[in-house]
Amino acid sequence: MGKLTARDRITALLDASSFHEYDLFVEHRCRDFDMDKKVLPGDGVITGTGTLSGQGVCIYAQDFTVAGGSLGLMHARKITKIMDHAIKMGLPIIGINDSGGARIQEGVDSLAGYGEIFYRNTAASGVVPQISVILGPCAGGAVYSPALTDFVFVVDQISKMFITGPEVIKTVLGEEISMEDLGGARVHTEISGNAHFFAKNEVECFHQIKKLMTFLPGNNTKRPIPQAPTPPKAKYNIEQIIPSEPSKPYDVRDIIKAVFDNSDFFEIQQHWAANIVIGFARLNGETIGIVGNQPLVLAGVLDVDSSDKAARFIRFCNAFSIPLVTFVDLPGYLPGVDQEHAGVIRHGAKILYAYSEATVPKTTVILRKAYGGGYIAMCSRHLRADFVFAWPTAEIAVMGPEGAANIIFRNEIAAAPDPVAMRKQKVVEYTEKFANPYVAAAAGHVDAVILPADTRKFLLHAIQISKQKTESRPRKKHGIPPF
Amino acid sequence: MTDQPKMMRTLLIEDREYETLYTGKFERRRQYSIPDPKKLHCIIPGVILRIHVHPGKKVQRDEPLLVLEAMKMQNNILSPIEGKVKTIHVKAGAMVPRGTLLIEFE
Repeated sequence: MGKLTARDRITALLDASSFHEYDLFVEHRCRDFDMDKKVLPGDGVITGTGTLSGQGVCIYAQDFTVAGGSLGLMHARKITKIMDHAIKMGLPIIGINDSGGARIQEGVDSLAGYGEIFYRNTAASGVVPQISVILGPCAGGAVYSPALTDFVFVVDQISKMFITGPEVIKTVLGEEISMEDLGGARVHTEISGNAHFFAKNEVECFHQIKKLMTFLPGNNTKRPIPQAPTPPKAKYNIEQIIPSEPSKPYDVRDIIKAVFDNSDFFEIQQHWAANIVIGFARLNGETIGIVGNQPLVLAGVLDVDSSDKAARFIRFCNAFSIPLVTFVDLPGYLPGVDQEHAGVIRHGAKILYAYSEATVPKTTVILRKAYGGGYIAMCSRHLRADFVFAWPTAEIAVMGPEGAANIIFRNEIAAAPDPVAMRKQKVVEYTEKFANPYVAAAAGHVDAVILPADTRKFLLHAIQISKQKTESRPRKKHGIPPF
Repeated sequence: MTDQPKMMRTLLIEDREYETLYTGKFERRRQYSIPDPKKLHCIIPGVILRIHVHPGKKVQRDEPLLVLEAMKMQNNILSPIEGKVKTIHVKAGAMVPRGTLLIEFE
């Protein structure tokens, strides 16, 4: 199956000979069920510190070869000790999960261990970046540590995550399903959205982690280490990406690649809720968090999943002071009974909340359509974007011309001798009057109408002059986002 | 990836047809149908322990119809309406998934 051992995983991930192990001699204290006669080396988990591309990290790796990597009290204490260390030292935490779950013999002590880990995941959230790597089973309560962390990595055929396993499902529900189909790597990257990165094997997974870490700061008081500035590659011609017809699709990632350093876009959750694109890139060498509607998938609509995906990413960027750039081209929220019943009101509100709450530099580029609630949600001026630029192709309006004409001119269309021709004429009238960026620019909701070719120049300037940005919000213990 | 359909489709939003790909989830969405008050469906998967009624029996609203054991709990399933039992679609001892049609009323 291509699984490395816990120690090999740490060696493969960290800089050569940088790993310092902690608590090698820790032993479990269980005396029940003949456990006193069992020796479990390191109690089934390896913990320590090291460097990754020169930056300090705290790391732990569960060892499946020791009692199935099961989590007992001392196993958990080793993990919480390294987590406490990470919070104090301001270092990212990387957790490699490969465990059969709770060590049943240790009873409630094992559950206490999980609880202590979850508590620290929450305490560390927004303080240091937290990375979970699922390299084996991660079942039952154990899944909640990764769920509380910022980025979850999975590997094809190796990662298995679920609350209730296939056996229990069969006994209780009579439904048969394989582990892979229930909670394999593909399921969590494509269907549930629980995982952020999918790799074909462990080596590829470690490359992804290393790359992600280059974009992140060590903690919420630091900045990511800047790289040498590089222009985008010439093959992405920004003038030719967007089709002239507003109903035709294109790949928003081509726009991103045409604008950012070296055309290098590190996409997150690529395979889930693909109607919105999120990820990191660099501008003049500095990390930028990018959110973009994706017209290629579901016309780029906002829906339950895409709102959830973008909102969490925006909050991550804000917590770690990473500036945000938003590319807008969407027809609005996805209509449908399933969406309404799934709570698109509540989930859709998450993106409004996240953008409004964010005080990092926020720059919005309206590429084409920005209609209705979608316009407001996508980091509009009203949610406190610092800069709003629009391309000449932008259409900022309460809805698309067809829908608007049908409502505004309903009576004229109905009364006309030729309603079809009248409707067409009214659509053209509305398009000429409102399907452009100038109405919004006249009101000051858009700061500048810019040529596509100047996008990088305007973004560079925006990022440059917002370096010292300070913006305050009313004092509070914490807000109450529509979770 | 398996879940990303690759064929261009159309999506109608506010009277405009957009050319675009669908997500797997969107492909799998179910057409909504108006619930029939005369059909009682199972809301949680479990095992039918006992059935208190028989076809032809008149029942009051909130009268116990059957006992469904689910999540280690014996749940009394009550009649959602006042009416007459037409058909019972399950037997005692049966394991039923969520959404199973349990009882139809006349």
